[in-house]
Amino acid sequence: MSYEALRHFADSWGLLFLGIIFLTMIGWTFRPGSGRKHEEAAHMIFEEDHEDG
Amino acid sequence: MSGFAKHHKKLERNVTLLGLAAFVTVAIGGIVEIAPLFWIDNTIEKVEGVRPYTPLELAGRNIYIREGCYSCHSQMVRPFRDEVERYGHYSLAAESMYDHPFQWGSKRTGPDLARVGGRYSDEWHVQHLIDPRSVVPESIMPPYAFLAEKDLKAGDMVKHLTAQRRVGVPYTEEAIAAANDDLMAQADPTASTTDLEKRYPKAQVRDFDGDPDRLTEMDALVAYLQMIGTLVDFEAGEALEEPR
Amino acid sequence: MDTLLLKAGGWLAIVFFAFIAMVLAADAGFAVHMAIIALAAGIALWVTINKADYAAIGRGILKAPADPGIYDDDPIRWGVIATIFWGIAGFLVGLIIALQLAFPVLNLNFEYTTFGRLRPLHTSAVIFAFGGNALIATSYYVVQRTCRARLAFPGLARFVFWGYQLFIVLAATGYLMGVTQSKEYAEPEWYVDLWLTIVWLCYAAVFIGTIVRRSEPHIYVANWFYLSFILTIAMLHVVNGLSMPVSLLGSKSYAAFAGVQDALTQWWYGHNAVGFFLTAGFLAMMYYFVPKQAERPVYSYRLSIIHFWSLIFLYIWAGPHHLHYTALPDWAQTLGMVFSVVLWMPSWGGMINGLMTLNGAWDKIRTDPIIRMMVLALAFYGMSTFEGPMMSIKAVNSLSHYTDWTIGHVHSGALGWNGMITFACLYYLVPRLWGKERLYSLRMVNWHFWLATLGIVLYAASMWVAGIMQGLMWREYGDDGYLVYAFSEVVSAMLPMYIIRAAGGLLYLAGAIVLVYNVWMTIAGKQREEKPMTETPYDEAADKPIVGKPAIEPAE
Repeated sequence: MSYEALRHFADSWGLLFLGIIFLTMIGWTFRPGSGRKHEEAAHMIFEEDHEDG
Repeated sequence: MSGFAKHHKKLERNVTLLGLAAFVTVAIGGIVEIAPLFWIDNTIEKVEGVRPYTPLELAGRNIYIREGCYSCHSQMVRPFRDEVERYGHYSLAAESMYDHPFQWGSKRTGPDLARVGGRYSDEWHVQHLIDPRSVVPESIMPPYAFLAEKDLKAGDMVKHLTAQRRVGVPYTEEAIAAANDDLMAQADPTASTTDLEKRYPKAQVRDFDGDPDRLTEMDALVAYLQMIGTLVDFEAGEALEEPR
Repeated sequence: MDTLLLKAGGWLAIVFFAFIAMVLAADAGFAVHMAIIALAAGIALWVTINKADYAAIGRGILKAPADPGIYDDDPIRWGVIATIFWGIAGFLVGLIIALQLAFPVLNLNFEYTTFGRLRPLHTSAVIFAFGGNALIATSYYVVQRTCRARLAFPGLARFVFWGYQLFIVLAATGYLMGVTQSKEYAEPEWYVDLWLTIVWLCYAAVFIGTIVRRSEPHIYVANWFYLSFILTIAMLHVVNGLSMPVSLLGSKSYAAFAGVQDALTQWWYGHNAVGFFLTAGFLAMMYYFVPKQAERPVYSYRLSIIHFWSLIFLYIWAGPHHLHYTALPDWAQTLGMVFSVVLWMPSWGGMINGLMTLNGAWDKIRTDPIIRMMVLALAFYGMSTFEGPMMSIKAVNSLSHYTDWTIGHVHSGALGWNGMITFACLYYLVPRLWGKERLYSLRMVNWHFWLATLGIVLYAASMWVAGIMQGLMWREYGDDGYLVYAFSEVVSAMLPMYIIRAAGGLLYLAGAIVLVYNVWMTIAGKQREEKPMTETPYDEAADKPIVGKPAIEPAE
């Protein structure tokens, strides 16, 4: 594999691949039903306070 | 819930997967960005004149590293008109190809030293290192008078050159075997130095610290300073390209 | 009894081998380090023998099992004290070297006190000793609370704490003796690097082990940040530390890479030490302690996940912006610049997420000095993550690189973001860890806040001016076509700025000393007589129903 070929791959398919992974990751956080789960997760650090008193 | 979301729920709940995903994410950048430099030939163009350090220069360079000179002095002239006029020809990648580790620096509290070799006399350097403000009144450099008092540790250069060769510096068997003698000879004007100069073209042979009876750390550091940036002959041939 | 014997024998063997290595050492630095290791192992041996519960062993129980019903907070308490101790040491050395630049006579004409040797002592003390201890202590605290589980491997957790302190002592004494690899923020020599690798892997084991034992199904986002920080630092440290020792009984080694490759490896490390040690790790602190102190959940959990993935993905590419216009190939420089600029977005996403957590409780900035510190920390995080991408643009970098502007930028991040968020977390932790009702004094937290803020403002402002002045003076041409200023003239022009900077550092140190006093008195169980920070004025005249006027129609 030549240097030029690697560079070409990196700034075409490689870029597209990483971009898609990234957008999928972001899209995933907006999946249906995620809002409630996120709400729960955000509140979990306060659970111990309620139990304690 | 779709299959995809199920997978990600797993990710959120499985520390191994989470760790792996995070690790892959951070590893990509390093691999794509750094790895090519190690196997692509055109990163460093070979340049005539660049050679490994002589044992004395190497010992001096180790003192430069030990004292943290890189905290305040860069060794990397950028291709700008003002830098080229102030310091000299801009730095080439090949000039630091035997620098384990590199000494490009990141701060210029003091001036760049990439072309300091031959710019000042040995006497100036010695005086400047002993008491910087006696030569440059505005200087804020720490004094390094103790270097002139300390004998250079000279007996283990064979080991140093061996370690250098293990990381890829092309010292010959012969150069390694002669390392300790070469170190002594370079600072001794009376020694025979034909072999030394054959092994290390442009090596400067003389007493550097003004005290010919002793081989001090000052000898080594000045020997190093006087050779930085002098190996490539920029007057000849392709030099003096248009700076950016 | 066998285990005890094995442990004691192990420590004794280390004492013995370290002593042999000391005698055979090739250089003084290595000999001193081996003596320190022998001493440390000797202390461990003494503790092992002295602290063993012989009565229990006699009854056939090695150690009473720890109560799983309470969190394992001993190493966290030690970590809080270590953080404060190293913080003061690091700030003090910083002040000394700042004064050395203004008054070079303070180098004392003495080998061990030159700027070149003290500078890595300062950077390592504040980043790795102060910051590192804060990260380890808070991660132990947060991972237990968010997983609702005791620390995994309690023995290992204690080893990590003491092993890390030994690393700090070896690194610090090494710098004074000139034992250095000269790679910025990775100066320790090969054997200290190896030791840190062992300690770090144990740290990873304790942290991940605790997550594995959790009783909460979801892994809270702060732990994601801690995890990526631990794993990435391990990777960076190992790759950048690769080197060939000259002798196995000597301190000197030669880096595995040379020139361009070494430069890029170093700044890939250096930039991500900032990105993962000083950013991801401290963001983990932010994502737990800011919501806890504000008593409301993080503004958007969704944003925190996006923040996480984009931050760790983008940061790792940004290193080459430290090498603009050098002999590094152009494509790598451009790549570094583009990623650095894009990095601005997740950074600000994180800042907004932290700040907006206070949405609906903004009055706390007025009434709660700990919240005020957190908000200032986030504000500085925002400022320096805006300044950073700007400085990574090649045109700006051509002026700013090599100047004090970089120093100012680093300190607005370090003093403002890392320092302030750490202080806030310490103030949160101390009463809880030592079982006190409240801090000795909230008003003194306020004094700390203002001393530190003023210090940072002086520091950053003077370094901006100094940096831009340097950059412009170095490149200034006169009508005659020659450079106007000699380098030495630029140096002397810096004097007032260097004095102002040192004054800023002094104020910051003074603030930290107020913290020491406050924490000391809190642990001693004292409470200062003072007016409470929260006072809602009572207006008796207004405190009555309105009669005679028609009530406003209620909505609906």
